[in-house]
Amino acid sequence: MDLGPVWLTLLLATVTTVGLLLLGTPVAYWLARTKSRAKPVVEAVTALPLVLPPTVLGFYLLVALGPLSPVGGFWLELTGEALTFSFSGLVVASLIYSLPFMVQPLASAFEALGDGPFEAAASLRASPLAAFVHVAVPQSARGFLTAVVLTFTHTIGEFGVVLMVGGNIPGETRVVSIAIYEHVETLRYAEAHMLSAGLLAFSFAVLVAVYALNRRFPPHVG
Amino acid sequence: MSVDPSRRPAVRASELPTRPLGRASTLAMDFRLQRADFGLAVKVEVPLEGVTAVFGASGSGKTTLLRAVAGFERPDRGRVVAGTDTWFDSATRTDVPPHRRAAGFMFQDTRLFTHLDVAGNLDFAARRAVAGGGFDRADVVTALDLEPLLHRRTGSLSGGERQRVALGRTLLTRPRILLLDEPLAALERERKADILPYLEGALSRFGIPTLYVSHDIDEVARFADRMLLLSAGRVQAHGPTPQMLERLDLQPAMGRFEAGVLLAGRVLRRDPRLHLTWVDVGGDEIAVPEITGAGGAEVRLRIRARDVALATRRPEGISIRNVLPGTLLELTPGDAPGFVEALVQLRAARIRSRLTLAAVEELGLAPGMSVFALVKTVSFGA
Repeated sequence: MDLGPVWLTLLLATVTTVGLLLLGTPVAYWLARTKSRAKPVVEAVTALPLVLPPTVLGFYLLVALGPLSPVGGFWLELTGEALTFSFSGLVVASLIYSLPFMVQPLASAFEALGDGPFEAAASLRASPLAAFVHVAVPQSARGFLTAVVLTFTHTIGEFGVVLMVGGNIPGETRVVSIAIYEHVETLRYAEAHMLSAGLLAFSFAVLVAVYALNRRFPPHVG
Repeated sequence: MSVDPSRRPAVRASELPTRPLGRASTLAMDFRLQRADFGLAVKVEVPLEGVTAVFGASGSGKTTLLRAVAGFERPDRGRVVAGTDTWFDSATRTDVPPHRRAAGFMFQDTRLFTHLDVAGNLDFAARRAVAGGGFDRADVVTALDLEPLLHRRTGSLSGGERQRVALGRTLLTRPRILLLDEPLAALERERKADILPYLEGALSRFGIPTLYVSHDIDEVARFADRMLLLSAGRVQAHGPTPQMLERLDLQPAMGRFEAGVLLAGRVLRRDPRLHLTWVDVGGDEIAVPEITGAGGAEVRLRIRARDVALATRRPEGISIRNVLPGTLLELTPGDAPGFVEALVQLRAARIRSRLTLAAVEELGLAPGMSVFALVKTVSFGA
C-alpha cells in the first residue's frame, strides 16, 4: 500500500498546527483581553471557516493564491513555484481553514482566567509579556492541549479545501482524504478501507488520549 | 475587648500634619472615580510609615481606593503620589502601569499561582523585587514560617497557609508600600487567630508602610496606627486609631457592637493565683485577665461601650472589679432608638458607655456629673 498520502497528511497537520500555535495564540490572547470595539469583527472573521462550505473557502483561496493574484504572483516571483496545486498552498489553505480550531479553545481558556492572575502578576511587578508567558500560558495548558489536538485532527480530516486548492498530486497535495476519495471513485475499496480504518483508529486514539490527559490537567481555577 | 502587648509606643499625637500634596514620605490620594453604580472621591494624605487601616462598611469604597493606588482602577481625574513618585496624575496624563508601581497588593482571595508550588510562587516575586536590601527570601520564609510549605502545591494549602504564602510573596517584591485587601476576611475566627501573630510580626519586622483594608474593628484596633474611615465613597474621618475609636460622631460608620475605646496602658503587676494583671491607664488601675508581658510592658486595652455601665454612686457588694470614678462629658443618641452613648473622662483616659435612654432618665444623667464607670471583668476575655 502506498503510504505517501499518510506521511504527507501528517506533515501538513504538523506544519499547520505549529504555524497556528504561533499565529493563533496572539490572536486568541488579544480576543480574550481586549476591550476594543473591533472585537466582534475579528471574532467573526476567525469563525468564518467554521460556517463556510469548504468549497466556498477553497474557491476564494484558489483565486487569492493563483499566480495572477498579488499574493500568488509574489510567491511565484519569490520561490519560482505557484502556490496553487502545491504543498505550500495547502499549508496556507489549512492555516486559514483550521484557524477557528486553534483560536476558539485558546481564547476561551485565556478568558476563563479572568483578571485575577493578571492583576496578581502585575502586583508582583511582572510586565504584561511576563504575565502572559509565565502565568497565562501555563495556566491555560488544558486549553492549549485541546486547541492543538483539534487543529491537528481537523487538518487531517480536511477535504474540500484541499481538493479545490491543491488538487490530487501524489507526493505534493495528495493527502489521505483525497486518496480515499480517489480509491472509492476507482472502486478500489480495499485500499479505501485500509486508509479509512486507519484514520478512524487514529482519531479515536487521539481523542481517548486527550480526554485521559485532561483529567490530569485540572483546570486552573482560583 | 482584647488585650494586646503593643509592639510600638502607644499613641502619637497629630499623625496627619497638613503638608503640600506629594511631600516625600506620604501617600497622597486626591482623586475621583465614577463607576456605573458607585463613586469614590477622596482627598487625603497618609504618612508612609506604620499601618493605616482603611475602614468602613462594605460598599464604602475601601477596596476601590486600594485598587486605585495599585493602578488596577483608573481614576477619572486627580492624583496618586507615593513619596516623590507620581503614579497617577490626570493633569499630566501620567498613569504608571501597575507592575511599575512599587506597591505590593495582597488580594483577599490570595490569587496564588496554581501552576506553581509555594516555592515557585515566592520565586516569581523574588525575581522581580525592587532593587535594594533590607531583607531577602530567607528572612521572609523564616518570619512567616513557610519552610514546611515550600514544596506543597497551592491547592493543598489551608486557608491560613494560603494567606501566609500570599503575604510572603507580596513582601518579597520589597514594595515601598504594602496594600492588604482584607487579608483575613475569608478566614474563620480560629484561623484568623492563627495567622494574626504572623501578620503582626511581619508588618513590624519588615517595616513596610501598609494600607490595611478591614471591616473588623478588632483587627484595626490591634495593629493600626491610624485609621481612614470611608463612608459612601468619601473620607469621613482620619486620625490616630485611639482618637478615632473615641469619637462618638463616627459611631454610625463604625458599627453597633464595635463602639468602644482603645486605651494605651502599662502593666503594673500580676497575680498568678487570681490570674489577673493590673494595667495602669493614665492613673487608673484596670484589672484584666492575666496576659503575658512583663511589668512595664505597653499594652492596648480595648473596651467596648456595651461592656461599660455607669453608676452615680460607688456601688458596693458588686462582682464587677473595675469601678473607675470619672466625669460624664457627653451624651449622644445611640445607634438604635432607646439607646444613648456616654463619654466619660477618667483621670487621663476616656471611656465610653452604651446606656438605655430609660437608665439615663432615671439616673438623671447629664454632662458634668460625677459618675462611676463599671467595666465588666468578663469583658476582658480576648
